[in-house]
Amino acid sequence: MEKKEYKKIVDRHKPTENRVQNAVISFLVGGLVGVIGQGLIDFYSSWLEISTRDASTFMTVTLVFIASLFTALGFFDKWVTFARCGLIIPITGFAHSMTSAGIEYRKEGPIYGLGMNIFKLAGSVILYGIVSAWIFGTVRYLLLGGL
Amino acid sequence: MTYKYNNVYVGGYSTVVGPYEKDGPLGKHFDKSYTNLYCSEETWEQAEVRLLTDSIDILLKKTHKDRKNIDLLISGDLLNQVTSSSYAALKFDMPFFGIYSACASSAEGIILGASMIDGDKIKNCIAATSSHNMSSEKQFRNPTEYGAPKPKTATFTSTGGASIYLTKDKSNIKVESSTIGKVVDMGQNDPLNMGAVMAAAAGDTIYEHLKALKREPNYYDLIITGDLGVYGKEILIDYMHTEYGLDISNNYDDAGTMLYDLNKQEEVMAGGSGPVCSALVIYSKILPRMEKGELDRVLFVPTGALFSPTFVYQHENINSIAHAISLEAVR
Repeated sequence: MEKKEYKKIVDRHKPTENRVQNAVISFLVGGLVGVIGQGLIDFYSSWLEISTRDASTFMTVTLVFIASLFTALGFFDKWVTFARCGLIIPITGFAHSMTSAGIEYRKEGPIYGLGMNIFKLAGSVILYGIVSAWIFGTVRYLLLGGL
Repeated sequence: MTYKYNNVYVGGYSTVVGPYEKDGPLGKHFDKSYTNLYCSEETWEQAEVRLLTDSIDILLKKTHKDRKNIDLLISGDLLNQVTSSSYAALKFDMPFFGIYSACASSAEGIILGASMIDGDKIKNCIAATSSHNMSSEKQFRNPTEYGAPKPKTATFTSTGGASIYLTKDKSNIKVESSTIGKVVDMGQNDPLNMGAVMAAAAGDTIYEHLKALKREPNYYDLIITGDLGVYGKEILIDYMHTEYGLDISNNYDDAGTMLYDLNKQEEVMAGGSGPVCSALVIYSKILPRMEKGELDRVLFVPTGALFSPTFVYQHENINSIAHAISLEAVR
């Protein structure tokens, strides 16, 4: 049988994914994470009497801590499987990817295990985050003259 | 390549599983189970060695054999360099072959062992296999605590160790014949739809087997594939009909859809997979049914996706293989 013919058979038996449902869940959960983040910024800036900018850093650290803690406690992966991009795209996804890799490879020791593998998933995010920041920074400089 | 055996019998079998398999519909049929995926060990890899070691230990006890009486241990698993098998073999001090056909490893072991027994090179052997959900996820996919979303076609690597004792001594079940499969590439490259990758290999091997022995599908009471899952099973039935004009829908099932309760255990998605999946179902459910006289002829067709993340990232397709073993009840 030709590969094309076989693909037709495979496609006939491919289940449809609930894309609309997944998107709605991701949108709502992602939005909820945003609301929690904004709530944390307001809370830190009024409680500690610091600037919004500093409070944003505090908020990021808090969300990273919570996502890492929940990953370590063993139930955050189930939340991520359910909410998908709603928890993967915010900073919680980044923390989850690093913590899960850290937990997985700690048995191979601090250098060959933890050190070499903790960025296994997050490495791509960091690399292309920096590259795109550089590109957009350059565009912004050229268009707006560094404003 | 198909040939018949004259004097190879199944002298015993054993199964050891993890918690998910224990919770499944075959739970009460397994010899031993662990409630924790670490199986009293420190790492996933050591847990897998433990499962395999346990299954060989139990098999020796069930067959009343000492390790010194075993001529050969053949074992295969999914971990790089077939390490679960070699670490388990170290503990038994038996002559050892480590083999790899991914999830068709159990069949490769049985075919090699049966052929050597039939050729009078050895008197008996143990063919064993293992897989562990977490050690496989770690090696082939993401860290186990990472909650990567999966499509409905994804399968769930089963956790366990399973061993079978093959011997010249007559028993209730005979290894009647076997067909060695060929490597198949049907243009599939989705590691989360392995059923689609492997169904064609299963179909080709079943067809070659039936053609060589001039048999019809209904010659067998049951044709059972390894781990195609819900969708792979549908693809195989369709493929057999479209490509070979054979209807296998009446007496065909897939071990991957039998190991778990697909409605209640939602985390398994389309069903079980891994080399131990088919072995667990056959050794816990099918062979006992043959001994009870409920089944006479069974064609066991474990399916293996010869998957390497490296090759897939380099835009190669995933190859697959399936071997067939005909088992017959001796009355």
